[in-house]
Amino acid sequence: MTRRRPGFLTGLWLNPAGRAGCVLVGLVVVGGLLAAVGATPYNAQLQNPLTTLKGPSLSHPFGTDQFGRDLLSLVLEGLWVSLKIAFLAVAIAGVAGTLAGIIAGYLGRWTSALIMRVTDMLFAIPAILLALAIVTALGPGALDSALAIGVGYVPIFVRVVRGPVLSLRTAGYVQAGRVLGFSSTRLLFRHILPNVAGTVAVQASLALAWSVLAEASLSFLGLGPPPPTASLGEMVSQSSSLASQAWWTLAAPSVAIVVAVIGFNFLGDGLRDVFDPRSRTALAA
Amino acid sequence: MLASVARRLLSMLVTLLGVSVIIFLVLRLLPGNAVTAQMGVSAGLLSHAQRVALDHYYGVGEPFFRQYVSWLGSMLTGNLGVSLSSRTSVASLVGAALPVTLELAIASMVIGELIGVLFGVFGSLRPRGVVDNAGQGVALVGLGVPSFVIGTGLVTFLASSFHYFPSSRAFAGLFFNPWLNLQQIFFPALTLGLGVGAAIMRTTRAAMLEVVSTGFARTARGKGLSKFVVTWKHLFLGALVPVVTMSGIQLGYLLGGTVVVEQIFVLPGLGRLLVNSISNRDFPVVQSVTLIFAAGFIVVNMLTDMLYTLIDPRTRAR
Repeated sequence: MTRRRPGFLTGLWLNPAGRAGCVLVGLVVVGGLLAAVGATPYNAQLQNPLTTLKGPSLSHPFGTDQFGRDLLSLVLEGLWVSLKIAFLAVAIAGVAGTLAGIIAGYLGRWTSALIMRVTDMLFAIPAILLALAIVTALGPGALDSALAIGVGYVPIFVRVVRGPVLSLRTAGYVQAGRVLGFSSTRLLFRHILPNVAGTVAVQASLALAWSVLAEASLSFLGLGPPPPTASLGEMVSQSSSLASQAWWTLAAPSVAIVVAVIGFNFLGDGLRDVFDPRSRTALAA
Repeated sequence: MLASVARRLLSMLVTLLGVSVIIFLVLRLLPGNAVTAQMGVSAGLLSHAQRVALDHYYGVGEPFFRQYVSWLGSMLTGNLGVSLSSRTSVASLVGAALPVTLELAIASMVIGELIGVLFGVFGSLRPRGVVDNAGQGVALVGLGVPSFVIGTGLVTFLASSFHYFPSSRAFAGLFFNPWLNLQQIFFPALTLGLGVGAAIMRTTRAAMLEVVSTGFARTARGKGLSKFVVTWKHLFLGALVPVVTMSGIQLGYLLGGTVVVEQIFVLPGLGRLLVNSISNRDFPVVQSVTLIFAAGFIVVNMLTDMLYTLIDPRTRAR
C-alpha cells in the first residue's frame, strides 16, 4: 500500500509538540509584529499619572506600571526588541556555526582539528558568561547584545553540523558527485548542506529559545539596550520592588518570556520529530 | 588508567589556556585602556610624566602578546591584579566571594538531584501516574520559567505573604551563623535547583524507561528480589550514565545561573562581583572571575568524563 508522505507543515501540525510550538511562536511573533508596525493598544511610552499601578481591566488587560503606562503595549514592544535581538543572534550563530561545521566535517584533518579545538575552547566558557564578557567590551546596544548572545551558541551549531557532514562525506551520492568532477563548493552547498538543513532548523529553534532567555537575563542584569527601549528582562527587574502590591507588573513580562521560551522549545522538539522520526520525544509518547 | 588521566589533564590545560586567550582578547575590545577605564575623563588632567608612569605600570601600549604573557604569568603566581574600583587585590575579592558561590552551587545541585532523581525514578515506575504527572508539571515550570522570574516571584511572595526576607540582613557565613546562612542560601538554591531538577528528571525518566523495557528487571523481580533492590540497584544503576552526563552539563549551566540568582537574593558571591565589576568597567575583576568560572566549568566536565569509567565498566578498556 502506498500512502503519500504527509507534507512537512502537515507533519509539524500533526505532532503535538510541533502544534503547540506553532501556536505559541505564532502568538509571540504576531504580538511582536503588532508593536513593530505601531499597532499596540496604547503608545507604550505614554505616561499617565491618573492610571498608575492599576490592575488588569478591560481597558488595560495586563494592567499598568508605576508611570501609568499600559503594560500590554510595553510587553509587546519589549517582545519585538527581544525577537529582533534573538533572531539576529541566531542568524549570526547559525551562519557562522554551520559554515565552520561543514568545513570542519568536510575538509582535511588540519582545518578540522583547528576548528574543533577553537570550538572546544568557546564551549568551555559558559555561554551566558561569554555574553556578559562581550557586552562588557562592546556596550549594551541591540546589535552588541545580539553578537554577544550569538557567539556563545556558535559551538553548538558547529558540533551538530559536523557530525552528519562527516558521515555524508562518504555517502554514495557525494562520492558519485566527486567522481563526476563536481567542485567541493558545489558538493558542499548543493549536496551536503540541504541534508543538514533539518538539523540546523531544529537547533535554530532551540537557539531562539535560549537567545530570548539570554537577552532577558542580560537586560534583567541591566546590561541590555538602555531605556527608553522597552525590554522584558528590565521590566521583571523593575517589578521586584512593585510586585508585592502589583503582581501584574511581574506577571506581564514573565508571561511573555515564558510563552516565547516554551514556544520555541516545543517548535524545536516538533521539528526534530518531523525531520528525524526515530527520536520521538517523551512528550509525544 | 593513569595515562588516560594524564592525557585528560593535559588537554584540560590546553583548553584552559585557549579560554584565557579568548577572554583576554574579548576584553581588549574595550575602548580606552586601563588608565582611562579607571580615571574616566579626569585622565586628561594627568601631566605627561604621570601619564607615562601609569601607562608603564599598567603595560598600556605594549603589544597584546606581551600584555597577555605578563597577565598569565602573574595569574599563575596567584596575583590576579588590583581592582580598579575598590583598589583592593582581586585575589582577596575573589577569595571572599568564591565560598558563597560554591555553597550556592552545591546546595542547588543537591536540591536539583533530589527533585530530578526522585521524581524521575518514581515517575518512570508508573508512567502517567500521579507522581509522574506531578513531576512533569514541575519539569515544565523548571524548564520554561527562567530562574530570574522564579527568583523574583519567590522573593515577592515570601516578603509580601510572610514578611519573610532573610536576604535583607547582611549575609552570614556558613560557620559564622549557620542557621541564618541556610535560610539565606535555601531559596536561591531552590530557584536554581528547579531548573537543574527539571532537566535531570527528564533524563532520568527516559533512561529508566529504556532500562525497564529491556525486561531484566522483571526477571530480577521474578527470582524474588525486593522491589527496592530492583529499583535502585538494577534499574537506577543501569540508567546512571545519562543521568551523570546531564548532571555535569547542568552543573556547568548552574555556574552561569548563579550570576542572575545572586543578584536577586543579594548574595555576595562571584556572580554579583562579576555584574558589579561590569557596571564599573573594572576589567581586571571581570577577566579573573570569567576565567575562574570557565575553569570551574572545564574541571566539572573532566570530572564527569572520569566518572564514566567508574560507573560503566565498558568504557574502561580503552
